Amino acid sequence: MKLFEVIEEVIPVEQVMNKVIHPNCGAVNLFVGTVRELTKGKRTLYLEYAAYKEMAESQLARIGQEIQEKCPDARVAITHRIGRLEISDIAVVIAVATPHRADSYEYSRYAIERIKEIVPIWKKEHWEDGEAWIGDQKETRVYPTGKPEMGGHEL
Amino acid sequence: MITIKLFAAMAEEADEETIKLPWTEGMSTADVKRWLGERYPMLAPHIPSAMVAINQEFANIEEMLRDGDEVAFLPPVSGG
Repeated sequence: MKLFEVIEEVIPVEQVMNKVIHPNCGAVNLFVGTVRELTKGKRTLYLEYAAYKEMAESQLARIGQEIQEKCPDARVAITHRIGRLEISDIAVVIAVATPHRADSYEYSRYAIERIKEIVPIWKKEHWEDGEAWIGDQKETRVYPTGKPEMGGHEL
Repeated sequence: MITIKLFAAMAEEADEETIKLPWTEGMSTADVKRWLGERYPMLAPHIPSAMVAINQEFANIEEMLRDGDEVAFLPPVSGG
């Protein structure tokens, strides 16, 4: 069973969730990221996601490790879809199971924020009048050391 | 031989996803950046903001390379 995956097919949401369910955990937080039609008033027709697949999967696994360092009992599974996605299609599913619910909310949020920092996946927006690769959503493009912080960060 | 990998806008503008660069003793990531910017001038504006990964691990600003390394240029990411 692969906990951290980049796939080209529709994400089987329930399967991602089932990977983390465990007798020690009383909560599973499921984050589902979908393709939004309007961004800053501009209408998107569809998106295209590309990835450096092997590195993206290892970086997703790194996020899982970072969470387990903060919360040893946490169980994490993340699947990101790439290729062409239509409006409302599911692009990413993050499942975080923890013994108590507060941690599951917290580390689900942590995981999506880290995806936007350290996972080599890119999206291209296609509009009626053009297209563009999107970058720098978190305005984190300047890294003093040339790379993102690898020890994780505080929420 | 160094294998350069390009993604997103960089791959599109260069019209290449993989570029082979002959190995020279003592080559560093800075040398690869300089070569890439000269050979593919359309990439020059992207190179300063791209992160570099060597064999799928983020690299420091300048790192020495070894023959056979895969050097990837990663524009600011936008997954999620």
